[in-house]
Amino acid sequence: MSSDKTFRLDGKEIPFVEGETVMDAALRAGEYIPHLCHNPEFPPHGSCRVCVVDVNGRHQCACTLAADDSMNVDNHSEAIVSQRRTLLQMLFVEGNHTCPGCEKSGACQLQAVAYYTQMLSPHFTHFFPKRSIDASHPDIVFYFNRCILCGLCERVSREVDKKSVFAISGRGMDSKLVFNSPSGKLGDSELALDDKAASVCPVGAILPKRSGYEIPIGERLYDTRPISVVGDAAANFDAKKTPASKNSDG
Amino acid sequence: MKNLDRFIKVLSETTGNTPDCLLQLLCAIQNHYSYIPARAVNLLAERLQIPPVQILSLVDFYSFLHRQARGDFDIYFSDNITDRMFGSVSLFNSLCKNLGVEPGQPRADGRVTVDLTSCTGICDQGPALLINGLVISRLSEKRILKIAGLIESRTPLANWPKPFFRVEDNIQRRDKLLTPGAINSNAIEALATRGRDALLDELDASGLRGRGGAGFKTATKWRLCRDAAANEHYVVCNADEGEPGTFKDRVLLNRYADDVFEGMTLCAGIIGAKQGFLYLRGEYFYLREALEKTLQKRRNSNRLGNTISGQPGFDFDIKIHLGAGAYICGEESALIESLEGKRGIPRNRPPFPVTHGYRNRPTVVNNVETFVAAGRIAVFGAGWFRSAGTKTSSGTKLLSVSGDCARPGIYEYPYGTSIHQVLADCGASDTQAVQLSGAAGATIPAREFDRKIAFEDLPTGGSFMIFNQQRDLLEMVQNFTRFFSHESCGFCTPCRVGGTLMRDLVEKVLVGHATRYDLQEMTNIGLVMRKTAHCGLGTTAPNPVLDTLDKFPDIYSKRLANRSYEPAFDLNASLEVARCITGRNDEGAYIRHEK
Repeated sequence: MSSDKTFRLDGKEIPFVEGETVMDAALRAGEYIPHLCHNPEFPPHGSCRVCVVDVNGRHQCACTLAADDSMNVDNHSEAIVSQRRTLLQMLFVEGNHTCPGCEKSGACQLQAVAYYTQMLSPHFTHFFPKRSIDASHPDIVFYFNRCILCGLCERVSREVDKKSVFAISGRGMDSKLVFNSPSGKLGDSELALDDKAASVCPVGAILPKRSGYEIPIGERLYDTRPISVVGDAAANFDAKKTPASKNSDG
Repeated sequence: MKNLDRFIKVLSETTGNTPDCLLQLLCAIQNHYSYIPARAVNLLAERLQIPPVQILSLVDFYSFLHRQARGDFDIYFSDNITDRMFGSVSLFNSLCKNLGVEPGQPRADGRVTVDLTSCTGICDQGPALLINGLVISRLSEKRILKIAGLIESRTPLANWPKPFFRVEDNIQRRDKLLTPGAINSNAIEALATRGRDALLDELDASGLRGRGGAGFKTATKWRLCRDAAANEHYVVCNADEGEPGTFKDRVLLNRYADDVFEGMTLCAGIIGAKQGFLYLRGEYFYLREALEKTLQKRRNSNRLGNTISGQPGFDFDIKIHLGAGAYICGEESALIESLEGKRGIPRNRPPFPVTHGYRNRPTVVNNVETFVAAGRIAVFGAGWFRSAGTKTSSGTKLLSVSGDCARPGIYEYPYGTSIHQVLADCGASDTQAVQLSGAAGATIPAREFDRKIAFEDLPTGGSFMIFNQQRDLLEMVQNFTRFFSHESCGFCTPCRVGGTLMRDLVEKVLVGHATRYDLQEMTNIGLVMRKTAHCGLGTTAPNPVLDTLDKFPDIYSKRLANRSYEPAFDLNASLEVARCITGRNDEGAYIRHEK
């Protein structure tokens, strides 16, 4: 893809084609804008708000905003990063994210984005919700504690796998992921390990069984290099492979 | 369960079998059975060819849909601050006590559930409640005792005293829109004689802007929709009047329904729509029967249907679509999602509804009052309309006045009227503050009462709640932050989590545990919500806190603990378990605060 048109991201000229979002153009140019609910393989969603950037003085969601050559985008100022940190802290206190005890630690996008934005503590009062685990599926386990309601599994199961295994139910803080099965259990659903939806979770909510520690802690996706270099967890899902090196800004 | 099978069969034959009908089907089932039985979910899933989980996710989204039976009498007390100001909390507790029920929990014998709900739009004659969808206004201790008795004796609602269910229109001031001479305007004939381009120009010249509060120019919206190429266009009237303290649409729908439908039909003629919807909030279910009758009358007199008023190709009809207790559905894209039978989650915009609305087709969504005004302009002209108001805010505005005043009700004023004038006219004295535009609006202190109702000064959807000097404004803030936390759709992080953090911090101030640090936290969270939330609900939800922190700092500072930091929990109280286990009660078993 090539284009004459560009917008400015933290002073750099980013080329884009008509209709492309700020996020897609930035990623293509090797510029990282932190995100959680967005996965470049699928249409943007705009729910986590972590990718909100300052565009000509207005705060806009980079993943849903069509790029325009009049745009001056600020993705790195202290105001934007601090706001982003606050949103991450909200996600951390909403669920129960105990990184040291999580199989996904080191390969989790929430954790990696938090490191990247230099979030040092959850800051807010924890809600400590009482949430369960669904281990009824033979190959997959679901940890409600870690779900950040990004909706990726729901969207991908519906659009790609054509199964609609997941849905988000309820409202507000009572929103939660539910499974489409007669008993409401994941084990009774049509989810299969090789479904695309089983591999898009950016956090440790949907995990394959019996393989949590195949890669030791310390050698995982984000253990040695930051997410701005490595990219999304889902893009590196086949974690047995060494993640391909990407263009980086450092 | 044979009956349920038959009920759903008949219902889906009359209401429809497509997924867009899902919410309407669920409302009817809820209304009939007082819940959505699990078997109904499976039957509907089969009929509509959708996963059962899609149905359950809807049931759990809308406040008026339930998985558990609510019983013969399903009661919701309106929990707006105006209801609370006039004693709703003690009346609620009294009814619960008299009936022996826990709030929100169905009684074991399946007789009754007593619950709370967001503002029901009866603020001018509250405290109010909804019982099986009907309104009981002007609640008093005497009325509560009577209600408890009628429930215990299982008296059918039809046999309850009629005055219980009386809802007054309370129109206190009339201007251009509500003047008796203006009623039964004939916009359709104007359309026939002058043509749609001329009428659109007239509307443009009138300067009419949306009455819901955002103030987008109506003619521009209609023109954009008309010019958007598509095989179908739609007209939607937003009667999801959920903003706390507003009730003008209730009155318009009760007394001026024909004019509302006239305005919608005019819009249909101009943009070329065949189908319209009135999205009626679930709280106004009791208005539906009369509205259906008005629609039927219009069909009978050829003001709806095919070849309207003898104009070939002018075919248009209106369906009433019920909401089910979700403030967010007042946001136009969430409203469209709800119309399509989904959870009311606001869409990403652009594209806007004018080009990609209902079923992704060009759709005009306007407020009830806007349609009435548009119909009037078609008949009486732009000059007539412009003769009231200011240069940038032409015409008049309906205000829903409630709270501490002698004459609450509907006041129609020309734009440019001062807050002061409204207060004088409704008999308010000793006023501390006016909460304008509802929970999402602005808190106006007395020193700003010279400011004017107008898009260029104080734009408003019309909610006007008055608080006198005796009121504790922090209770208002608490009511509103609870409201927003309850009504957040949950889609985006800042509104879902930030709104709840905010609610909890306000509670912390109220119980006297907060410090300056917590006020700074509230400001920070509020600003992040304002800057990053997905829709207007999330960006305006922090307003009551940010506004009062700025204009009424004393309501916070007088409650602050004298320390720079106070934990979110009470350490002494938390140690109580340990004291019990160890049997200690000496001085050393307590934390002593250093002052």
